[in-house]
Formats: sequence, C-alpha cells, structure tokens
Amino acid sequence: MIYDALIAPFIEFEFMRRALAAVVALSLGAAPIGVFLMLRRMSLVGDAMAHAILPGAAVGFLLSGLNLFAMTAGGLIAGFAVALLAGLVARNTDLKEDASLATFYLASLALGVTIVSVKGTNIDLLHVLFGNILAMDDQTLLVVAFNATLTLIVLAVIYRPLVIESVDPLFLRTVSRAGALAHLTFLALVVVNLVNGFQALGTLLAVGLMILPAGTARFWSRELTGMISIAVASAIISGYAGLVLSFQTRIPSGPAIILVSAGLYVVSILFGNVRGVVRQLFPAPHLEA
Amino acid sequence: MSAQLQFRDVTLGYDRHPAVHHLSGDVATGALLAVVGPNGAGKSTLFRGLVGILKPLAGSILTGGIAARDIAYLPQSADIDRSFPISVFDFVGTGLWRQTGFFGGVGKEARASVAQALAAVGLSGFENRGIGTLSGGQMQRMLFARVLLQDARLIVLDEPFNAIDTKTSADLMALVEQWHEEKRTVLAALHDMDLVRAHFPETLLLARGKVAWGATAEVLTAENLAEARRMCEAFDDSATACAVDTDASKAA
Repeated sequence: MIYDALIAPFIEFEFMRRALAAVVALSLGAAPIGVFLMLRRMSLVGDAMAHAILPGAAVGFLLSGLNLFAMTAGGLIAGFAVALLAGLVARNTDLKEDASLATFYLASLALGVTIVSVKGTNIDLLHVLFGNILAMDDQTLLVVAFNATLTLIVLAVIYRPLVIESVDPLFLRTVSRAGALAHLTFLALVVVNLVNGFQALGTLLAVGLMILPAGTARFWSRELTGMISIAVASAIISGYAGLVLSFQTRIPSGPAIILVSAGLYVVSILFGNVRGVVRQLFPAPHLEA
Repeated sequence: MSAQLQFRDVTLGYDRHPAVHHLSGDVATGALLAVVGPNGAGKSTLFRGLVGILKPLAGSILTGGIAARDIAYLPQSADIDRSFPISVFDFVGTGLWRQTGFFGGVGKEARASVAQALAAVGLSGFENRGIGTLSGGQMQRMLFARVLLQDARLIVLDEPFNAIDTKTSADLMALVEQWHEEKRTVLAALHDMDLVRAHFPETLLLARGKVAWGATAEVLTAENLAEARRMCEAFDDSATACAVDTDASKAA
C-alpha cells in the first residue's frame, strides 16, 4: 500500500523518475539562492525577476516555438538586462534597489506584452506560465542539471564576499571592490534559477522553490550552513511529495510541489524550534545567566 | 616624520553642498590625531572621504601609497545587519579579508589570530554567539577586534566610544594607544574633550573648515571651541557657487 503510493510511481514510470531528478537538481540550486534572497531582504525581488523574464521567454517562444533553448535564452537576456540595469541604477543613484527593480520589470513586462500583441499570434503560454515537470525530456533535464551545478560552483566562488556584503556592506566597500561583483553575480544566479525552474514549475511558481524552503529553514536553524542544508532538504522533500500528490490526484505537478512546500512552511511557523509559535506559547524556563 | 595623509584644499559634501570646506593639512605617519567638533562639523564626512567611499567635490586627499585595503575604518553607525546568522568568530574573521580574499583558507594560524583578537577585546567565550545577541558595548568590542585583525597602517575611528560605558571605553582606548605605539596612524572623531586631552597628542578642531589644528592643548582652548560652536550647521538651499572655486577656475 505504502509502496504503491510512494515508491511504485517512480519505479514504473520513466517520466516520474525524470521529474524527480529534475526537482532534486532544481532544489540544490534554487534553495541556497532563496536563503540569501531571504537574508538580504530580497524575497520579493525574486518575484519581480520572475515577471521580468516572462517577456523574454515569450519572445523566444514567438521566434522559434516551444523550444526550451530559445525560451531560456530569451528569459536569460531579459532577466540579466533587468537585473543589471536595476543593480547599476540602485548603486549609482538615490533610487533603492526595490524601486529600481520595480520600474525595470514593469517596463520589461510591458515591452513583452507589446511584442506579443504586435505579432498577433494567439499563443499558448500556459506552459510557460505554469510549466510541466512531467514533460521533461533528456535535453531539458541536462540543462536543468547543468544550471544547478553552475549555480553551486558560482555560489561557492562568491560565497565569502556575498556573506560579508549581506551582513556589513560598508566594511566590504572599504576593503574590496568585490561587493558590487558579488551582488550582480548573485542577481544573475537568481535569473538562472528562475529560468531553470520554469520548465518544471512555470515562471510564476519557479520562485516558490526558492523562497518557501528558505522561509522554512529560518524556523529550524540559527546559522547559515544549517539554514542552507535545511532549505535544500525541505525543497527536495516538497518536490518528491508534490510529485506523489500530483500523481495520485489531479493536481498539476507545479502547484502540487509548491503547495507541499507551503505546507512545510506553515508547519515550521507553528512548530519550528527557532521562535516558532508553539515554542513561544510554551517557553522553556529562563536560564541563570 | 613624513606625511602619511595630505588634505589638499579638499571639499567634501553631498549634492554640491559642502560638509567639509577647503581643508588643507598633513597627518604624519604614526600620528594619533583626534578630530573634534560639534555635530554637523563634517567629521564623519571627512572620514568617508578619507577611506574612499565619498569622492571629494574639489581638491584631493593623498594617502601616500596606502591601498584601500590597508585602511581600517570603523564607521559611526555601522550599517550591520544584526539579524544575519553569523557568529562572532566568523564576523571578526572577516577582518582577515586582506590575507584570505575570496578563497584563501582560514588555517590554524588565522584561527589563532581571531581568538587572540577576541581575547584582546575581552570577548573570549563569545566565539559561537550570534552577533544579534551582543549588547552595544560587546558589539563595539567585536568591531575593535576586527580592526585589530585588519592589521592596517591607517586606522580611522568615527566616534568609537559613543554610548559605551567607561570600563569599555577605557579598555578600547588602551587598544588605540597600543596601535599608536606600533607606529600606526590613528584618526578618531571624539566628543569627550577630557579623553582627548588625556590621550591624544594632536587634535584637529573641525567646523566645516579647520578652526585649529596642532598640539591638543593649544587647539582645545575656550576661544577655539566657542568659534567652532558658531559654525553654520545647516546647508543653505539658496547658496551660490563657492567663490574660492569660481575665482580659481577664472584664474585657470
């Protein structure tokens, strides 16, 4: 019974195994990025970037149909352009990063809609909007795995300046120029992981696998390595459980994965050992010193 | 002794309004210089210019070949995200950036020097505490430990003893004196005139421009302090272009 529900789908169906591999790869890349987004108070930046890459993907779709490479390239170009321009404007003017990003992503969104409407095709963008992890082919799976690997390597390279820039940006500015580089590279990683997620989860839900596991991790650990590990584990568990849920019910895979992740988040808010609700309602006795 | 810092008719400010106006002067290598003046006198602005995070509106600051990474700067209100999950040990360890950079390993020796720095500021035993759990005084001790670790030739401290109890400021002042003995150049913005008189041989009294600069006893006279207090604090929205600069450009 338990075997039938939880394990058999993956043994019987290749598409389920591919989907599982994809969601593990996505989790490894997206969850650590999400932790940094959260700690840098940039959670909504991920959401804004998801909107920013949508028109790029749409243009890719218009030019060459449902071709993942064209759509990925379009999304990457749009995302990088918005991230770089917003980052540069925020660093060199009085405009804060959030306001700067909002202006650019709105412009990008409007531009995308304009291009699509001028072209006049009634295209089916549902696929791009909500994704379909059960339709992963070999090529797509390899791209997803490559992007996750790239993310982890680049994150390792910029890890130290990124941490210092997050906790004490002024200090880093006085000892090194690495801060700006780390920040912009980090934004690029956000874009790569959003694009990476949109075949599986769709552009709008891709950000879910970044932010929800990160939020979950905040309730279970007080230190960075712990948070990243818990976020990755929680993303993988959500991916697996979401696929099972989707297989056993009629819920589409993308929303199923994100809903499970949201469920874990709610459980963590309630029962997390770092300032969870229950913990605060029934505090342990205070200490001597 | 040779000059380490040279202020060459430097003007620093924001949106064209000067906060430090036409300051000139030299700081000798190994000097222990107090920078005093009322709020709004331009002390912090001067330091921001000195460490290179604010470009001068006019004039220049020469640092005698000292690279940015050889300057340790402790800002007045450190822009530190205290909710970030980082331990005291790791935070202080960032002071080793000059040696480690992006990838350099933090070996036994480096760990020992972090531990030593923490011991020097009286924070042994705090290694694994999150920075968010520290009190104001402990935070300042931790920041001093990082400055210690930076092993810089030029140390710039912006009001380092604000909101700190006497015990802590005495402990930290001992570190400042140790840096002076090690022939490092130390500049500190301060409000406590007794502390300045007791520990700082040289003082710059600043009130947007230089009021007096020299031996502390000669600078901190009643007349000089009164003159500094008369300074105009707020900037004037309808101010015209600075006559000194306009005349200079006409001459050129």
